[in-house]
Amino acid sequence: MTQPQHLKSRTQHIRATWGRRCNIVLYMSSEASDFPTVGLNVSEGRNQLYWKTIRAFQHIHMHHLDDADWFLKADDDTFVVLENLRYGLSKHNTEEPLYFGRRFKPFVAQGYMSGGAGYVLSKEALRRFVKGFADGLCSHDTNIEDIGLGKCMETMKVQLGDSRDVLGRQTFHPYPPHYYLTRQLPRPRPWYLLYEHYHPVEGPGCCSDLAISFHYIDAVQMHTLEYYTYHLHPYGYKYRFNPDERSDNRNNN
Amino acid sequence: MMSEGSSFMKGMVLGGIFCLVMSFFENFNSGTHSEVHEHLHHHLKPLSKDELEKLSESQMSDLPLQVRVYCLIMVTPKLLVHWATANDTWSKHCDKSVFYTSESSKALEAVDLQEQDEWARLRKAIKHAYENAGDLRWFFVARPTTFAIIENLKYLVLDKDPSQPFYIGHTEKSGELDYVEYDSGIVLSYEAMRRLIEMFKDEDRCPERGHALWKTSEEKQLATCLKYSGVFAENGEDAQGKGLFNKKSVSSLISDSMGQNPADVVEACCSDMAITFAGMSPSQMQVLMYGVYRLRPYGHDFHDSLTFLPPKDSDND
Repeated sequence: MTQPQHLKSRTQHIRATWGRRCNIVLYMSSEASDFPTVGLNVSEGRNQLYWKTIRAFQHIHMHHLDDADWFLKADDDTFVVLENLRYGLSKHNTEEPLYFGRRFKPFVAQGYMSGGAGYVLSKEALRRFVKGFADGLCSHDTNIEDIGLGKCMETMKVQLGDSRDVLGRQTFHPYPPHYYLTRQLPRPRPWYLLYEHYHPVEGPGCCSDLAISFHYIDAVQMHTLEYYTYHLHPYGYKYRFNPDERSDNRNNN
Repeated sequence: MMSEGSSFMKGMVLGGIFCLVMSFFENFNSGTHSEVHEHLHHHLKPLSKDELEKLSESQMSDLPLQVRVYCLIMVTPKLLVHWATANDTWSKHCDKSVFYTSESSKALEAVDLQEQDEWARLRKAIKHAYENAGDLRWFFVARPTTFAIIENLKYLVLDKDPSQPFYIGHTEKSGELDYVEYDSGIVLSYEAMRRLIEMFKDEDRCPERGHALWKTSEEKQLATCLKYSGVFAENGEDAQGKGLFNKKSVSSLISDSMGQNPADVVEACCSDMAITFAGMSPSQMQVLMYGVYRLRPYGHDFHDSLTFLPPKDSDND
């Protein structure tokens, strides 16, 4: 999700890094352009974000429903590792009403997925979201995109999936890596962990090796994460975490 | 009275300038006869993929065990947070890590050299490391503000014989002196250490406390002492000629690359096999630790020919 003023400062860096790993990437904006961006019938601004998201999913439902199996919404300051997303989704069925992301507790009875960390809808979830609005079961009753979508998902009986890895570590992250990785003495939850549905872990256990997203990532950090993920590596290092050897070790929190 | 005073002043100024000029010439002269040596080994690269593939299976499994690194980490209480971060991150990947401090800290363990002068401290640390090396044959000297990927250091020196003199890092030139920059880390082979410690006994060419009016940095004093023992600085590079030792932070290098190579930021920036970065905050170093040793795309195989195992008792790699 982007806007005309961000194409140069943000979106071009997504296009240069992880955007090209999507099977299809659509840059949703209020204006069509040669970037290329899709022009949705909305104006810009945080209070228009939920409208924009609704229009974006309606556009995808109309033009691309059969072009993909899963549908990821991310912001223009989110970094995504597509391979890890595909791996995480591989054991799920896209014909079931499911959505994945960073699960938050409040405001919606069953909870909802953080918008900034990015969330993925199954094909059935996308159908139900669009149908919800078409049938008047869902409406634009809030400006807050992730809460609004979460409420509609609940209404349309779409389930929230668990995106944690087999060791119970998070894969979607609403903040940059340094928020989570720094070791802390046991302490009450800091403000950025207050909404967490699953018990948050601070320090190295916060984050999966096979992380899917980080948010509030500026242009320099975008390329830095690209470098860390796909290029810089310790020669010959045998990684400790090998999920395929441990698929029945799920840590239930 | 006035004319006597001004003659005296003129004499003093001329004499001072003469001294300065003479000491510069000293640096120039020592370089010329060893020019041939200097250019022979200036760039040092790791074994190529082809050469690695030619090794036998037993060589492949032996090599990682043979290249073992002793890390000398030069700390001070002022750098306590970086000290703690180095202790918690990259230093765990050295075969032996010893922290050498100017004065002790209650918070962290180190060899207390009780020495404020940086060059004297470095000399003491080097002697201590050589005496306590056991069977380790490669030495890496760094401050805790540097982050090192030891596996990539091992890869660089895999086929180099430590009983030969090696002095490797990011090289710079000062007049005729090629030296390795301290900030990006200094690699020394066992033989280089041995020769250096011999040279420490020479108070004229390698003094413990400098005689010059101004102080030369430890990195240049080190280079001078090594040069007198026939050991020359070599620039560590990958197969494409990209420097492996960096005195800047990753974000600084990426930022530079965004300005110079906007179409190809990461490719043009830094080596996949980079060994060091410097000038990073402790939290950036924690992120780098995660980025190097953990964060990766599922299914991506680098096809490395050797295996290095993770260290025991560590949870952030």
